Amino acid sequence: MSQFSSSFWDWYIGVITVLAIIACGVFLKMQSTRRVPGSGTETTGHTWDENLGEYNNPLPRWWMWLFYITIVFGLAYLYLYPGLGSYRGSLGWTQVGQLQAEMDEANRQYGPLYEKFSTLDPKELSTQPEAVAIGQKLFMNHCAQCHASDGAGSKGFPNLTDKDWLYGGTPEVIKTTITQGRQGIMPPLGAALGEQGTKNVTHYVLSLSGSTHDTLRASQGQALFAQSCAACHGAEGKGNAQLGAPNLTDKIWLHGSGEANLIETISKGRHNVMPAHQGLLSEAKIHLLTGYVLSLSTPVVTKQ
Amino acid sequence: MKLTHDMIERNLGLLIVLVVVVIAFGGLVEIVPLSFQKTLTEPVDGLKPYSALQLTGRDIYLREGCYNCHSQMIRPFRAEVERYGHYSVAGEFVYDHPFQWGSKRTGPDLARVGGRYSDDWHRLHLNNPRDLVPESNMPAYPWLAKAPADDQGVAAKMRALRVVGVPYTDAQIAAAADEVKGHTEQDALIAYLQVLGTAIKKAQ
Repeated sequence: MSQFSSSFWDWYIGVITVLAIIACGVFLKMQSTRRVPGSGTETTGHTWDENLGEYNNPLPRWWMWLFYITIVFGLAYLYLYPGLGSYRGSLGWTQVGQLQAEMDEANRQYGPLYEKFSTLDPKELSTQPEAVAIGQKLFMNHCAQCHASDGAGSKGFPNLTDKDWLYGGTPEVIKTTITQGRQGIMPPLGAALGEQGTKNVTHYVLSLSGSTHDTLRASQGQALFAQSCAACHGAEGKGNAQLGAPNLTDKIWLHGSGEANLIETISKGRHNVMPAHQGLLSEAKIHLLTGYVLSLSTPVVTKQ
Repeated sequence: MKLTHDMIERNLGLLIVLVVVVIAFGGLVEIVPLSFQKTLTEPVDGLKPYSALQLTGRDIYLREGCYNCHSQMIRPFRAEVERYGHYSVAGEFVYDHPFQWGSKRTGPDLARVGGRYSDDWHRLHLNNPRDLVPESNMPAYPWLAKAPADDQGVAAKMRALRVVGVPYTDAQIAAAADEVKGHTEQDALIAYLQVLGTAIKKAQ
């Protein structure tokens, strides 16, 4: 099957290429000269600065042979590799085939390593230095852009080193989060609550974790919280791992602490996205990453 | 008359003609057939022309010189495929005029950056990359968040692209200005980044 719109182009490429190579050989032969023994040295006939002439010697033999060798090389290459239109080359080499061979070789080499770990429980993985080392490499490539290279996250991107989990911190849940991704949606409530209402709810939320707050506003915000926020964050503000609604009673703030940040979150809402890594990472790698993520919040026990 | 080396060297006009002929062979064989090669001229399944907003973002990508540090070409090597995803294929770039393959990777390749991070991530990252990645040496582009995207020129760009084969419909061109209106340059750039490489998503 031709990769071109018409098989004319296969012939076009093949014929011109072969003819060009043959022409190179013919010209080379035509233009080769040999020095006739005993005939003396020929010059180009020019004379500069009274008595400077220029020899017109034939090409050195070794150099001329190099030209012939390149012609032979070219023909051999075109026989072995694809180059002449639709001719695939006797080796059957393709770019994609080479990649596949590279991948197969890597699977052969590293497959048993992944195999060894994929049967282990992620909790156990988090204690094995070798598994953690592999997990860290994967984490640096695929996770550190958001969660930071030490896993501590940043504003808007969860810290993985504390024991606070939006969706739960069991190995299964972490694995699901990595595989399928997450969409954390906090709807904007600014219009519904109004400026004063937003402020009151803000102070009530601050009071939940014992942060500095205005007690009067907090008491006014309580009813609004029950009405607008409790459905996701729970009546006591302890969050809901099913929805990924954060616990508001600890002092861990995903989108920044303090009045100004909270007002922004409440009035404008938040839309947090953890991208799905299915297809990007193999199951074995996600398994190792799960172990690594667990290790981040597990204090390292050094055995002496 | 024998065509000798000596004669060619002494006859400048003939030398020029022969040099052009020799060079033309390379072009005739290596360049001309590309226009007739299906894998290069036909879009991959699922590839759509850039929307008005994405197209505007693409021009910002060019204006800010993103291609100086970011390539958009995943080569078929294990190291690249494992890091970035499926290798790039020519059919993904048929609506790119010109394509942004690039040849310099100070930053990572962006051929499959679409969907890799959230919009919010891109916002924060463009405003100041070090807010998210302390080790980053990418410059900050905070003005993009303040500058309104150009909604006047986009329809003309789409008409121009249609001339070179991008299948925009009249309706798309008519709606282009409204689509871009009210967006910042940052919105446009993010819209562009989020669509990069999403036409083919293949499991590794």
